[in-house]
Amino acid sequence: MIRFLHQGRTVELASPSPDDTVLDYLRDSTRCTGTKEGCASGDCGACTVVTAQLRDGELRYEPMNACIAPVGSLHGVQLITVEELRHEEELHPVQQAMVDAHGSQCGFCTPGFIMSLFAMFHADTGVDRHRVLEALGGNLCRCTGYRPIIDAAMQVLAGPRDDQFSAARDEAVARLASLGQDDDASESGGTYHLPRSVDELAALLAGQPDTRLVAGGTDLMLEVTQGLASLETIADLRQIPELGELTVNEDCIEVGAAVTHRQAQPVLLHDYPELAELIERFGALQIRSRGTVAGNVANASPIGDWPPVLLALDGSVKLVSSEGERVLPLSEFFLDYRKTAMRKGEFIRSLLIPRRRSNLFLRAYKISKRFEDDISSVCLVAALGVEDGLITDARVACGGMAAVPRRSEFCEKQLIGMALADGDITPAIDALCQDFQPITDARATADYRATVAGNLLRRLQLEYRGECATRITMEAEHG
Amino acid sequence: MAELQTPQPQGAAGQQIPHESAAGHVSGEATYIDDLAAPAGCLHAYVGLSTIAHGRVRRLNLDAVRSAPGVVDVIVRDDIPGHRDIGPVFPGDPLMVGEGDTVEFHGQVLFAVAAADYRSARRAAALAEVDYEPLEPILTIEQGLKAESFVRPPHFQQRGDAEAALRDAANTLDGELFIGGQEQMYLEGQVSLCVPEDDGGMLVYSSTQNPTEGQKLVAEVLGLDIHAVTFDTRRMGGAFGGKETNANQWACLAALLAKRNRCAVKLRLARADDMRATGKRHHFLSRFCVGFDDDGLLQGLDLMLAGGCGMSPDLSDAIVDRAMFHSDNAYYIPHVAVAGHRVKTHTVSNTAFRGFGGPQGVVAIEDIMDRIARQTGQDPLDVRLRNLYQAEGGRNVTHYGQTIEQEVLPQLMRRLEETSDYRTRREAITAFNAREPVLRRGLALTPVKFGISFTVKHLNQAGALIHVYTDGSIQLNHGGTEMGQGLYTKIAQVVAQELQVDVDRIRCTATRTDKVPNTSPTAASSGSDINGMAALNAAQKIRRRLTEFAIAHFDVTEDKVTFAANTVTVGERCFSFGEFANLAYLNRIPLSATGFYKTPKIHYDREQATGRPFYYFANGAAVSEVLVDTLTGEYRVTRVDICHDVGRSLNPDLDRGQIEGGFIQGMGWLTTEELAWDDNGRLLTTGPATYKIPAIGDTPPVFNVELLPDSPNAEATLFRSKAVGEPPLMEGISVWCALRDAVASLDDYQSTPQLDPPATPERVLMACEAICRKAAAS
Repeated sequence: MIRFLHQGRTVELASPSPDDTVLDYLRDSTRCTGTKEGCASGDCGACTVVTAQLRDGELRYEPMNACIAPVGSLHGVQLITVEELRHEEELHPVQQAMVDAHGSQCGFCTPGFIMSLFAMFHADTGVDRHRVLEALGGNLCRCTGYRPIIDAAMQVLAGPRDDQFSAARDEAVARLASLGQDDDASESGGTYHLPRSVDELAALLAGQPDTRLVAGGTDLMLEVTQGLASLETIADLRQIPELGELTVNEDCIEVGAAVTHRQAQPVLLHDYPELAELIERFGALQIRSRGTVAGNVANASPIGDWPPVLLALDGSVKLVSSEGERVLPLSEFFLDYRKTAMRKGEFIRSLLIPRRRSNLFLRAYKISKRFEDDISSVCLVAALGVEDGLITDARVACGGMAAVPRRSEFCEKQLIGMALADGDITPAIDALCQDFQPITDARATADYRATVAGNLLRRLQLEYRGECATRITMEAEHG
Repeated sequence: MAELQTPQPQGAAGQQIPHESAAGHVSGEATYIDDLAAPAGCLHAYVGLSTIAHGRVRRLNLDAVRSAPGVVDVIVRDDIPGHRDIGPVFPGDPLMVGEGDTVEFHGQVLFAVAAADYRSARRAAALAEVDYEPLEPILTIEQGLKAESFVRPPHFQQRGDAEAALRDAANTLDGELFIGGQEQMYLEGQVSLCVPEDDGGMLVYSSTQNPTEGQKLVAEVLGLDIHAVTFDTRRMGGAFGGKETNANQWACLAALLAKRNRCAVKLRLARADDMRATGKRHHFLSRFCVGFDDDGLLQGLDLMLAGGCGMSPDLSDAIVDRAMFHSDNAYYIPHVAVAGHRVKTHTVSNTAFRGFGGPQGVVAIEDIMDRIARQTGQDPLDVRLRNLYQAEGGRNVTHYGQTIEQEVLPQLMRRLEETSDYRTRREAITAFNAREPVLRRGLALTPVKFGISFTVKHLNQAGALIHVYTDGSIQLNHGGTEMGQGLYTKIAQVVAQELQVDVDRIRCTATRTDKVPNTSPTAASSGSDINGMAALNAAQKIRRRLTEFAIAHFDVTEDKVTFAANTVTVGERCFSFGEFANLAYLNRIPLSATGFYKTPKIHYDREQATGRPFYYFANGAAVSEVLVDTLTGEYRVTRVDICHDVGRSLNPDLDRGQIEGGFIQGMGWLTTEELAWDDNGRLLTTGPATYKIPAIGDTPPVFNVELLPDSPNAEATLFRSKAVGEPPLMEGISVWCALRDAVASLDDYQSTPQLDPPATPERVLMACEAICRKAAAS
């Protein structure tokens, strides 16, 4: 049984199927057809809905791709869809702003934009163009060219942020709190499990080792919507408090397995501000609000962006099973294409990322066909120890360059001892190219990947020197 | 605008009102076909697609499909009672490929299955066992040219003696350009819902730009008269040409299953299958030899355009023709020979996409203009300005013999050059590029001249139907379909203007083949031009009848009868429009009228390749500035300025929406939108994860759009407006030219980088590397 709030009611689903998405639920079960399917892969945003949930006593509004969220993951949240925004026949301010700015043409993507804007309306204060682009980067529009949508967002976010939801905030908080306290509601029944503790999860996996784990679902659910697979059993990690923990110790940052990209972002940026662009270019806000850092590691995709970061920062992974706990350096975690060192019945409890050390020169580069919400052609992260201008240690990791994300030890060897400002970086580039034999696919050719990876090392050196501009940004200005 | 200065009803022509469905869009209340509450017992259909590009189907074993959970029916070729080919103009598009037939692309429909629910239908469709006898596929334009594999014969246009002109020219250049295709990526995928009627008829809700063609094909496939089938299309969630002919197949299959099973059937393609099984913008090969004098003035051009049509003719004849008609873009070429080939490949049959071949022709000539500029050491803008069509010196006749009667571009481009501060920025950019080792800026101003009319003459007709009710409220129906462009809004504004009522008194109803028959597709930017004129014609008839009634009933002269802002005044008497309509009704005056329009003046002699295929031209120009990272090839568009000629606008806000949206779509085509196939002809880019249309961050931070002021259409079009759907797409070419400009800075603008569109970051980087190697070598 799962319970959630929708349209002012508490909805109870006795045994949600692991294959059913929030979008299936909305369109097929409730006839809430305002939420659209554009791609069923979390890439277009037409299905964007908003969840409001209690976190640290605060009500958080986050956008989500309904097409790849399992319906079971709604447990304990308030689901808000476009049908609820009109209040007493009046359009919601974000809706009215879109009408006024001519922000819709064919209208099919519009409810998704509306919901992303609605999440921003409640999640943020102030307004600037950069944040508008960030908030709407996961919503594709094929008609307008976006200018009127940006105008609508800027206009509405400059105004007051009051609506029927903010007026009913206390009531929502109380109802959500009572949903969460109701232990019966979360009792695992059927094939969609909602374990409440690490031990419970370990016991479940010991008995049913083929159970698939889901936190955000942003990768797993593609097997259903794109691959037409059927998921037998699922264990949802989002109800396990320990996995949601994000702790900063003296020597490391521990990121629980259910911590989303968005939750991890400020903590990691505190120590490693150089990761800002990479994180902003990772997926879109819908994905970053749902997907987890650990999930991006666990799926062992060669094109994930977190593995190169964690490899370069010398991160580790804490694995748990009913047999106990072990910590594995990330460099020993990825074995082969989508294969990891995780054993049957084992799961990631957390990621361990060392705190920033002195003398670190860090660069994290993501190169993709489209600047935002795209998968890397190449991701290169280099963490160099630099003392008196000389590289004392080097960890250079790449994504998109091999069947697994991994470091380039040849390249690292070439770098150590080099004067970073004016040494010849060519041997390190040659070594990097020797170390990887990238492939050609729909995103990029092998040749481009190799050339870019090498050029990124050149860029790194130029940036250390600081003599010239090397980066374009989303809001690059004209000359 | 004298007639617009008197008090006007709210929302009349020329006013900036929102899209008629805007409130429905933002509230999710506007329904699309998949949102309709389907009749009880509705089945869900899905299709089984071929998994090779070329080969004979030896055996199609569907046992597992038939026995899959939830499956109710499975159909194959031999289950089709009527026509088996649904080629819209020429045959070549089998509804389903059956045993013994030849599969001609990866993703071609072999069978269809109906099941109790969507997921069951999809899962069942994946269970077919197909035994193929593989044949060698032709996958590229070059392979097709070499094998002389064509879907239709070539067409040639010429003027003067290109060969002699090239021989005598002071300078010549030759080269080629591969121009990529483009996926329409409408957000709402292909979908049809078919509901059988009790008299053997079939009601089809289809997301289509061409209800009439769908109606005819469904009738033919089912073996019925056309009158037995009704198509209903209220709105589409985007189309862009991708639903002009490519909506037909899904309607036909669903109708067939609905007929057999005597129940409603819905067929909706999942995104990946939509991208595999439906046609895209044609990719093209341009191969040219151009002659010019030392100032860059064109003397002769020999141009071959080869369109990659895929496996069937579909609309490719007209599309390659339109590429040829636009291979001059805005430039006078004294001696020219253009050959247009329609290459057959074993890939999905390419189809209409905003611009319909025109953009490919324009890119081909703009590529040449850039090359001439580098060769002669000039700013590309100067070469473009020098070669523009102008009446002076008789340089205003196209290579197919049409005179440019309304000269817009020379002034428009000069205006944009000023308003965008082009020359000052050019200097600043040159200085920036001289000092920056990694980042480079590029700038380009390119024009577009786009011919308006279907080049297939008979399509240039339209109908409309208007009912006035006794309270003065109005229902409006016409043959055009609404795909987001605001057609319903504009046409309602036209009727509001003519009948002098507020636009909210007018309700546009779904486009239906039982209201207005024998319509043309909503395409070729013609939607408001022709359907609006038909609606105007109907409104004029009603107004005429009301006027004549007033004259007779009140015994006044005509000058005593006025319609103004929701009132009808007859002498001293003043009625609301509703009161007057009721009075007319009581006096037995018919308050319903049909309207009709056919575009005048147009003709084209295909044998001689001369004529006046276009009623008029729409014009515009854009300046784009880009910033390129020469180490990675990544780039941003930092500023865009557009000046566009919409004649006298019917709704400036909607027109601006078309201009901006078209520009960004054109930019996407030439930058990040890259289609990729594997060596076996299987499409790899089957969703937005791999096929990257512009996202919101790609919107230029400075994006100035101006509608060219005081430029009414010289032809007697709808309130002197101009079509606006397609032309702005070609303004996106300025981004591609600006990228090349930035790359060209790497060798101080001495040569032209080869940068085949789409100019992905990869291709930009490779162009940077190539030009640096070339510079180093010389």
